[in-house]
Amino acid sequence: MKVSYYPGCTLRNKAKELDRCARECAQILGFELCEIENWQCCGGAYTSSTDEIATKLSSVRALKAAGELDRPLITVCSACHNVIKRTNLAMKEEEFAGKVNAYMAQDADFTTPYGGETEVYHYLEFLRDKIGFDSVKEKVKNPLTGRKIAAYYGCLLLRPSKAMAFDDPENPTVLEDFIRALGAEPVIYPARNECCGGYVVLEDKDSAKRKSATVSESAKGHGADSIVTACPLCRYNLMKSGSELPVVYFTELLAEALGAKEAENG
Amino acid sequence: MADNKKLKEDVLAISGVNVRKCMKCGKCSGTCPSYGEMEYHPHQFVSMVESGDIEKLMQSESIYKCLSCMACVERCPRGVEPGKLVEAIRLISIRRKDANRLTPDRISELLDEDMPQQALVTAFRKYTK
Repeated sequence: MKVSYYPGCTLRNKAKELDRCARECAQILGFELCEIENWQCCGGAYTSSTDEIATKLSSVRALKAAGELDRPLITVCSACHNVIKRTNLAMKEEEFAGKVNAYMAQDADFTTPYGGETEVYHYLEFLRDKIGFDSVKEKVKNPLTGRKIAAYYGCLLLRPSKAMAFDDPENPTVLEDFIRALGAEPVIYPARNECCGGYVVLEDKDSAKRKSATVSESAKGHGADSIVTACPLCRYNLMKSGSELPVVYFTELLAEALGAKEAENG
Repeated sequence: MADNKKLKEDVLAISGVNVRKCMKCGKCSGTCPSYGEMEYHPHQFVSMVESGDIEKLMQSESIYKCLSCMACVERCPRGVEPGKLVEAIRLISIRRKDANRLTPDRISELLDEDMPQQALVTAFRKYTK
């Protein structure tokens, strides 16, 4: 099965493992991530204001490219997913879509207007809904038995739930079910869907440090031995806050369990 | 006064928020991870927009303390979505002043070698027009 894939800027640079493991595991699980051509950066943040049109164009171009191949669009980075999913929802509104398509009509390769038709999945969501965690479990070669892993959702995967429709925004289960499928034990802790401090780290490191420390201490206090995330910025903020627990990408964990990754961590 | 009225109309229009739905329960501020760093808190954004007191919000550092984490948007029992007001006011502020909060020449001093590109592009989108 071929699906369109939007890696995003960070997966090409500081989060190469997130990308590499996603591609390798997809092959093992029976689907192929086909990177869309000439994708542009999503911008990292969705701007909710209704008069922001130009900032949505890169996402719409990606959505349209996937739609023209009649494939769903898969993302891995939480930020890309948040931006693209929310943009896709906005494109279902006629007035907004009309303005965006008026811009798009100036593209040399413009053919038909886009109206939010493409299905968008986060990689985790695709595993849950299309592959099935039972099938993932069957492919596990190295079960992560005995590991206590704290799922860190942060903000971007879950909120706003009206648009993301990813999981219960206050009591999510997808990452915990994923952890169970790999043979480890999920650790439920209060701060798992609170913010790491996000982009504010650029100008206020202490602010991000305080917020991230709350998350990692909450996970540690509930007995976790590691934290798993889908977001490069969450990982960065947690690591810089001095987290005593290792913070890994969910695709790294998947690669380890599926035997796609060499045993790097002993 | 006329300008103030126009400002309020602009904030309401581009945020899509109906401030009159607020029942003043304070849950938005109670759940805000940046509460302790803000001069004006999410519930005050709602009440000050309603009363037309928007200039103060535009001049405040509070608009740069919002993490866009959407906790207030998600948890408002009345669907008021205060975070969208913060975003609209920040946008109007950086557009009007034509003075960006973040300029590329500052980047090298703010970076470290581990920082993901995501942090930079997001900050530029939030702080720059």
